[in-house]
Amino acid sequence: MDRNDRLAISVKGLTKRFGAFTAVDHITFDVAGGEIFGFLGANGAGKTTAMRMLCGLSFPTEGKGWVAGFDIMKQSEQIKKHIGYMSQRFSLYDDLTVVENMRLFAGIYGMKTSDAKLRIDELLSQLHFGQERHAIVGSLPLGWKQKLSFSVATIHRPEILFLDEPTGGVDPITRRQFWELIYSSVNEGMTVFVTTHYMDEAEYCNRLSVMVDGQIKALNTPKELKLQYGVDTMDEVFRRIARGATRSE
Amino acid sequence: MNAIEINGVSKSYGAVQALDQVTLSVHEAELFGLIGPDGAGKTTLFRILTTLLNADRGTASVTGLDVRRNYRDIRRVVGYMPGRFSLYPDLSVEENLKFFAALFGVDVHTNYGLIAPIYRQIEPFAQRRAGKLSGGMKQKLALCCALIHQPAVLFLDEPTTGVDAVSRSEFWQMLAGLKAQGITIFVSTPYMDEAQLCDRVALMDKGHLLAVDQPLKLAESYGTRLYAASAREMWPLMQALRGMSQVEDCYTFGEAHHVVLKQGTEPEAVVEDLERSGLHDVKILPARGNIEDLFIKLMRHG
Repeated sequence: MDRNDRLAISVKGLTKRFGAFTAVDHITFDVAGGEIFGFLGANGAGKTTAMRMLCGLSFPTEGKGWVAGFDIMKQSEQIKKHIGYMSQRFSLYDDLTVVENMRLFAGIYGMKTSDAKLRIDELLSQLHFGQERHAIVGSLPLGWKQKLSFSVATIHRPEILFLDEPTGGVDPITRRQFWELIYSSVNEGMTVFVTTHYMDEAEYCNRLSVMVDGQIKALNTPKELKLQYGVDTMDEVFRRIARGATRSE
Repeated sequence: MNAIEINGVSKSYGAVQALDQVTLSVHEAELFGLIGPDGAGKTTLFRILTTLLNADRGTASVTGLDVRRNYRDIRRVVGYMPGRFSLYPDLSVEENLKFFAALFGVDVHTNYGLIAPIYRQIEPFAQRRAGKLSGGMKQKLALCCALIHQPAVLFLDEPTTGVDAVSRSEFWQMLAGLKAQGITIFVSTPYMDEAQLCDRVALMDKGHLLAVDQPLKLAESYGTRLYAASAREMWPLMQALRGMSQVEDCYTFGEAHHVVLKQGTEPEAVVEDLERSGLHDVKILPARGNIEDLFIKLMRHG
């Protein structure tokens, strides 16, 4: 078996076709443990399809891949236990309280009641949730929901956290507080795989890939990408690369 | 006459004060941006101006027409593109356009010139059902439907949210084209970087206007004492800066951190302190504040 234990993610020639349409076209890349990896691309470039394969939610048509050391073809159930996933469409239950949501997800991930209790207390204090812990989630402001979603996605201390446009719509201070949550988790050894439309957030990543029409057209550190394209901002890099796209969502 | 006049408008939903005494004027043929996060009150203000909701207090007018008394007349002279896709998914592209034209009692051909540059991009899919369009194409169709009766004022509620950087800049080019035809555009966005594409902007948070001006003037109003800090260890640098008494504020800002130093603090002294604490290659250079810096400052200090 060429199972790979050192890299958080390793994919080779990963491809997904839907009939005649190739959504993801032979992508190859590695993500090191403890890295913040930005996965950029225009709408419709194939990011979500690729991410679903990495999370064990969809099987590739072709190619190989390992996530947290598990084979995406044969061990998707193992992968799901070792990763966390948060998207802009929240998976929180609006009619439950903050604590009830946390307990529910701890249960889904099979955490022991005593471990879950400790972990929930830890997360609540990290989020500075006081009385709000008993608030119905549906009544919380968007920024709080995003932070809670993050906590729920990391409640089982996953090795890799997948974030799909996690910060849409919130104010600049809340958006930054969210990134600080990411940084502090990475400091504790977690790997983060993130998509975003905010190009200043792209700068916070250790490395970035830019997908266009199903293929990875660029992959490097933000600094190297800016040098390579001779521009000052990631926004400009992204536009240069993505402007050639022929398809949209 | 101003295209839009808003005078002391307030609106609450139960205990939530969505708008608190908002006063604002938008000039004719101006491209005006309302910039703020979710929950700022942007959509509530749009709904009041398009006569879909009544304010609790205050008055507002669009092209001189009062939103309460003359609501029927206002509906004929404004175009409104709500944040949520609001066309008929089971009708084709062409049917949607014809339907909206019919609602306003106009003929698609008469007003075609205004929408032509936008509609041509989706015309190859004229027979496709609107529900089957991509996000970008839906957005263009919605814009065409909002324009087909040649409105004097166009209201666009977060047209670029969730849209990638390339499509966003294309959309703003379309708006510039419409402005050139004399249409007043009132557009909201949560993206601070889009402010610079507007003639004037209002920064909005929690029902209040924080500032109103030309984007360049707003950025200039930031003042000095803002610096960009970097080091080999970026995350520890942030924590170190936050612990220093000379530092008023520190937050991530793309490749650097932005730092507000207290009055009279020399950046060189801060660099020395940081290097002594074990950080490498510390740089603290003067930075120019932009709209996002100003927004953060106004949110923190009211």
